[in-house]
Amino acid sequence: MSSRPKLIANVNRKICVACGTCVTQCPKSVIDVWRGSFAVVALAQCLGCGRCAAACPIGAITLRERVKSEGETL
Amino acid sequence: MKKKRWYDYLWMWTILYFALGFYNILFAWLGMIDFLVPLLLAIFWGNKRFCNRYCGRGQLLSQLGVKMKCTRNVATPRWLYSKLFRYGFLVFFLATFGNMIYQTYLVGSCATTLKETATIFWTLQVPWNWAYSRGAVPDWIAQFSFGFYSLMLTSALLGVIVMALYKPRTWCAFCPMGTMTQAICQYKSRRSRPPQS
Ligand code: SF4
Ligand code: SF4
Ligand code: SF4
Repeated sequence: MSSRPKLIANVNRKICVACGTCVTQCPKSVIDVWRGSFAVVALAQCLGCGRCAAACPIGAITLRERVKSEGETL
Repeated sequence: MKKKRWYDYLWMWTILYFALGFYNILFAWLGMIDFLVPLLLAIFWGNKRFCNRYCGRGQLLSQLGVKMKCTRNVATPRWLYSKLFRYGFLVFFLATFGNMIYQTYLVGSCATTLKETATIFWTLQVPWNWAYSRGAVPDWIAQFSFGFYSLMLTSALLGVIVMALYKPRTWCAFCPMGTMTQAICQYKSRRSRPPQS
């Protein structure tokens, strides 16, 4: 049985402008901007709710399937 | 619901800033806080905490777009966040800032006279003389106020226009302060290993 949400947020670092809009929207505070360069997600805690993706002004975040190494079943 | 922090209310500062500049143009100097703080945070601490937490303008755009739904909420066109446009706009912005400083210098050296106007969209001269009593301060101080307020107003209006057309925070995709601070941070962290996720 899977104990974690199936989807997680995936940031396209190449286009991310590090504005932090996603950071303000995350209900779990599991997304942050790494050294002012791009957004990073603590995948194990991500709910896959997509609020960050909806808020991102440039569509740099998409939701993708979680793989086992990212904490799908613990 | 996330607990609100004091800095979540900084959008009020942006409204207050423009209101104060409407009443007395000398308050425009306070905008230097929004100019210097993000740069200092990026240069000395290598972060974009200003964008991520303290930017009143970004928050105001979120308030208008997300809370008040004054946006079409459609995808931002790709060219608006392309590197070429972002850096091109930054160069343009820095050139207009440089020109504003030069105009201040010309007034300070009596080569030209004080213009009590706000220049919107870099070309449109709007009379703003009610917000200043001549002689209150040296002319160059007033000239800088008019010039700086014009830049702040123009960029705020652009932000509102792209918010209405695309996404609430589309302005952040090419905001010169955002581009400049990200470039500084990327340079500072060039030798660090980024996290995997
Ligand atoms: S998908 Fe939801 S929980 Fe995961 S980072 Fe985005 S906002 Fe946070
Ligand atoms: S909202 Fe989008 S562009 Fe801004 S930091 Fe998050 S992922 Fe990057
Ligand atoms: S990109 Fe510009 S408007 Fe957006 S949060 Fe940063 S400084 Fe503010």
